Amino acid sequence: MSTSIPDSHGDVAPGDELGSASISHAIRGYLVGLALATVLTCVSFYIATSTLVWPPSVPIALSVLALAQMGVHLVFFLHITSGPDSVNNVMALAFGLLIVMLLVIGSLWIMTNLDHNVMPMGRLMQMQR
Amino acid sequence: MSAGTHAYPGGVAGSGRAVMAGHAAALTEEPEHGPSKRIVVAYGFWIFLISDIILFSALFATYAVLTDATAGGPTGRDLFELPTVAVETGCLLLSTVFCGLAGIGAQARRNGLYYGAMAATFVLGATFVAIELHEFASMIHLGAGPGRSAFLSAFFALIGCHGLHVTAGLLWLLTMMAQVYAKGYRADIQRRLLCFALFWHTLDIIWVALFSLVYLVGVAPR
Repeated sequence: MSTSIPDSHGDVAPGDELGSASISHAIRGYLVGLALATVLTCVSFYIATSTLVWPPSVPIALSVLALAQMGVHLVFFLHITSGPDSVNNVMALAFGLLIVMLLVIGSLWIMTNLDHNVMPMGRLMQMQR
Repeated sequence: MSAGTHAYPGGVAGSGRAVMAGHAAALTEEPEHGPSKRIVVAYGFWIFLISDIILFSALFATYAVLTDATAGGPTGRDLFELPTVAVETGCLLLSTVFCGLAGIGAQARRNGLYYGAMAATFVLGATFVAIELHEFASMIHLGAGPGRSAFLSAFFALIGCHGLHVTAGLLWLLTMMAQVYAKGYRADIQRRLLCFALFWHTLDIIWVALFSLVYLVGVAPR
């Protein structure tokens, strides 16, 4: 098989890896991903159960670690990379992430606002008495 | 293969011609122009998976909004057991790696690697589902079922939806083992295997968000 990256017409299917010379080379990619993901998972579990990180910032730290691990999975398992052959796959993913962010951040933002502005039911009933 | 310039793990790109003869020719015919069918099929499935991620993000947003709506009932801190979650996480992470190895085995047409890795993927995935079902059963036994509070409704919807996806994936996995056994490593079967691998890896990515932001944030010190 040729290991050269095609010079023209260079698209690659999501999940396929370009330029893997051999089986052992391809397996090594998965093992590197496994090692990185394991380290990130262990760090996540550790900071959630210890007081190493200032408690109010723990959710942020866990979010960052989760994003990093998703990146590891994307690159080493799904082979969605920043290379020119993968542009279509990355663009689809980027659009998906835009919608995900709008949904999650938008929901939290609006609902927190409503929470602040709407009087709790108990207090409302007390005022009507 | 007009687009035979593509290299796949295991290195059999372009060598599928021999098996294309016969009744499978219509299924595996490559277009004269444009991207290969493998790219088109996988890209379409990738779009579907992104819409699936959006589905999960809607359930996740619901959960995030309702985390504190416990109606005086148990909170995540009372219910979540981190050792169980750690085992579940390990099972799914290892199964996703074995799934990748199975893909390499299929590309290289190595029966031992393919069937062995697929079997390992299945066992680990089934263990994950079994542990999750046990977790759900013990929560319901404690009176913390999905009807107890808005928080628990959202929790069961989110985690249960992921569990249903994994269960569907297990059925798909068995189907793919049977298809390779019955039909061999034909190009159309290879495309289905690629889609299955994408599905399985994506489920693990979603689990990363779930174990970090549902379980770990749920029990983390404040």
